[in-house]
Amino acid sequence: MAYLPHNNDTRKAMLSTIGVSSVDELIKPIPVEVRQKGPIDIPPAMSEVDVDLLNETLAGKNAVPGQYVSFLGGGIYDHYVPAAVDHVGSRSEFYTAYTPYQPEVAQGTLQATYEYQSMIRRLTDMEVAQASMYDGGSATAEAALLAMAETGRKKIIIAGVLNPRYRAMLETYLSAQDVTIEAVNRPDGSADFARLSEATVDAACIIMPSPNYFGGIEDWAKAAEIAHAKGALLVAVFYPIALGLLKTPGECGADVAVGEGQCLGNPPAFGGPLLGVFATRKKFIRRLPGRLVGKTVDSRGVMAFVTTLQTREQHIRREKATSNICTAQALLATRAAIYMSLIGKQGIVTLAQTCLDRAHYLAEQVSQIPGFSVPFGANFFNEFVIEAPVNARTILNRVRERDILGGIELGGRFPGFDKRFLVCVTEKHSRAVLDQFVHALREAANDGGSNTADSSRASKANARG
Amino acid sequence: MNIKENLKYTKDHEWIDVQGDTGTIGVTDFAQGELGDVVYVELPAVGTAIKAGDPFGTIEAVKAVSELYAPVSGTVTEVNTRLAEEANLVNQDCYGDGWMIKVKLANPSEAGALLTPKDYTELVGSH
Repeated sequence: MAYLPHNNDTRKAMLSTIGVSSVDELIKPIPVEVRQKGPIDIPPAMSEVDVDLLNETLAGKNAVPGQYVSFLGGGIYDHYVPAAVDHVGSRSEFYTAYTPYQPEVAQGTLQATYEYQSMIRRLTDMEVAQASMYDGGSATAEAALLAMAETGRKKIIIAGVLNPRYRAMLETYLSAQDVTIEAVNRPDGSADFARLSEATVDAACIIMPSPNYFGGIEDWAKAAEIAHAKGALLVAVFYPIALGLLKTPGECGADVAVGEGQCLGNPPAFGGPLLGVFATRKKFIRRLPGRLVGKTVDSRGVMAFVTTLQTREQHIRREKATSNICTAQALLATRAAIYMSLIGKQGIVTLAQTCLDRAHYLAEQVSQIPGFSVPFGANFFNEFVIEAPVNARTILNRVRERDILGGIELGGRFPGFDKRFLVCVTEKHSRAVLDQFVHALREAANDGGSNTADSSRASKANARG
Repeated sequence: MNIKENLKYTKDHEWIDVQGDTGTIGVTDFAQGELGDVVYVELPAVGTAIKAGDPFGTIEAVKAVSELYAPVSGTVTEVNTRLAEEANLVNQDCYGDGWMIKVKLANPSEAGALLTPKDYTELVGSH
């Protein structure tokens, strides 16, 4: 379908077809007071050259990958995106396809989504995966809604410190209902199993992220037992790459598995777009939010794809739908499927091991810097908390002068955590880069090195022109 | 179009077979024809209280879903569990094997206010 703006001739033809003499006559029902008076107040058109130059100036305000070494995590991860993902994912058939509403016509899109769903099922060992949600946070909120609809209960338990943005989304989604949300955690962010059983009485679900926001690995199997004993569901919030090594939500008895799929073949970009992964058990299939692709045969017995169980969705079930979502992150899901098919069952194990090994190497080195520590121990995958001898912000500002984004400061969201920050290590961090980071942290604590950093920044700025 | 003489009807196309203070409830031939292939029926649990005029469940076709409205008030005593696997019984035999719930009527005289076969025939005739 081409986009061709119309001109006066086409306007005249269209008006005459519907028997209207002018655009003014067409908009007559709109009250005069709310009509646009005169032309819209925007600057005049620019030439393509000028627009290009303007874009460069604006884009120049953003840092680009490679300009900084980044140890940022906290829900969005900088894993390597193979060139093949960009190449195949950028094919116009995939790149421009969206959320079909006469879906059977778009067999290619449906098949790509079906493959994505199938791979997520295998990754998580759950029984059914849907076409995707906006992001891990809203997927978590929707999982809570599913648990509430299933159990009829209005209490949500969080075991294992949850990403603060996910918590905020949960509260937003539930704000119109009278729901209690209670976190049952120890000071290090891990789930407090001593209190969990009692807290789960009358709960719709336990939401357990593993790794949790501070990087610690939690015990889904134990949480599932407790949840089920109290008639509640377990919502496992997972990190796709970590499933290369950790026991899967399905193996642990989770009822719903949700997570952030951005790490599968999609760059961190601007903190989005993201990919909400949502999988569950067959028995909850009618409570699934969002789109679901199914495989069937057509009237000639040929394999075909459809969007199925549409009666869950709001375009049919309206206010009683399982969710108001009527879309999916189709492009990111397709890229995730391409990525998963490239990396394969073995590759994800190797990748997860690499991330774990390098993160633990960094942690060991950091804990040997005088004044620094890794306060929550070694039970982590690729993300962990560092405690500095001074305010975390001071340290992070200083390492930034060396073009390193050292991590996420935690003091704002977590009282008493002013000296702590969250770091993440992926396969993109070589050992040399990790050693540089350790060196930079050491220097940052010693108050030194700012002159060298300034000149290195200045020369970089000149090079960019 | 099949409309049975021994039953009572609602304007929302449910039928009820009243025997003393028990009633068996389902949807009419007209309803199943309009819906098309029924793929799923959501019914209340035994023991649930239902109120005349209020929805007691839902019936789903491939691209449509409708509420099921209670013809009378009472308590659910039995649910047709066959419909969980064989929802198409509603299409095949809506007055027989496609029955949905049995209720103990809170107020047996309520059935008197429902549509007679003649009233119902007139109603669907105008569709």
